[in-house]
Amino acid sequence: MNLFDFFRPKKPKSASVAKERLQIIVSHERRRSSTPDFLPQLQTDILQVVRKYIQINENQIKLSLDKRGDCEVLELNISLSESGKP
Amino acid sequence: MSKVVVVTSGKGGVGKTTTSAAFAAALAVRGYKTVVIDFDVGLRNLDLVMGCERRVVYDLLNVIHGEGALNQALIKDKRVGNLYILPASQTRDKDALSNEGVGKVIEALRQSFEYIVCDSPAGIEKGAMSAMYFADEALVVTNPEISSVRDSDRIIGMLASKTQRAEQDSDPVNVHLVVTRYDPVRVERGDMLSADDVCEILAIPFLGVVPESKLVLAASNSGIPVTLAEENDASEAYFDMVDRFLGEDVPYRFMDVQKKGFFSRFFGS
Repeated sequence: MNLFDFFRPKKPKSASVAKERLQIIVSHERRRSSTPDFLPQLQTDILQVVRKYIQINENQIKLSLDKRGDCEVLELNISLSESGKP
Repeated sequence: MSKVVVVTSGKGGVGKTTTSAAFAAALAVRGYKTVVIDFDVGLRNLDLVMGCERRVVYDLLNVIHGEGALNQALIKDKRVGNLYILPASQTRDKDALSNEGVGKVIEALRQSFEYIVCDSPAGIEKGAMSAMYFADEALVVTNPEISSVRDSDRIIGMLASKTQRAEQDSDPVNVHLVVTRYDPVRVERGDMLSADDVCEILAIPFLGVVPESKLVLAASNSGIPVTLAEENDASEAYFDMVDRFLGEDVPYRFMDVQKKGFFSRFFGS
């Protein structure tokens, strides 16, 4: 190491780069694989029920499964547009 | 009570077969009646690593299909009295494995063996799934390298969801992390993931490391499980792991750089 190296910012070691990349991809893949595969079907079923009363289209309904602390939260969002009023 | 131990990893070439052979042989040396089964149908290699390739007559699929009796297919190791090998079929394709057929063989083996070690093929297809299906314990073999760690994470997910224990909602499979081809010098230099890093990412109990060693290749060249070869670091590491697996409190070794002594520094090691 010479004097100039001392002032240059240190390049991160490849192992710490690998660790960081792994932490990101692994947490992403865990989230995806834990999503139950019935979600899309549930979404279309809910859509049909809601449509009995209000006319909405597919992209006005959003269904998602989240983990908050110890519990899982199934979140359903239906946005109503002006034209969607009965 | 007998236990089924699957040796798995997802990624190929990380040391599943080496670990299966070494672990099974070490269990047998410790006095447990042990059988090691090759699940790599079509690409069998456990017989070569165990040095019994010329003694294979019947295989796992013959037994499943009733073409040979279990006792005819089991090969008794000539070095350790308690050790047996059940080879895979080399000719059929791996779709021939059914959980029902494998289940019957495992059930029969449970009657006379204390440990049933299942050497899984790489990948996440049929062979790998049936190797893990009946597991009570799992050794997840991982190299300190990104693709191996990622694949191990996938396999850990499957052990928690696709096994008989998961399907029957009984106690989950006990998983253990085995880090192979470990090089403390490169870890210290920052060029290789440390065992701590791998543990932190995979978040499963840590069984130990196997240091990178020339003797692992030398042992497989001669068809001797590492744990039955002359004394060496890899063999000691496997024995440590087996003892930890059996519930003993063994301090971790081979994780730090060996400090060179005064003489070896001058005269080479």
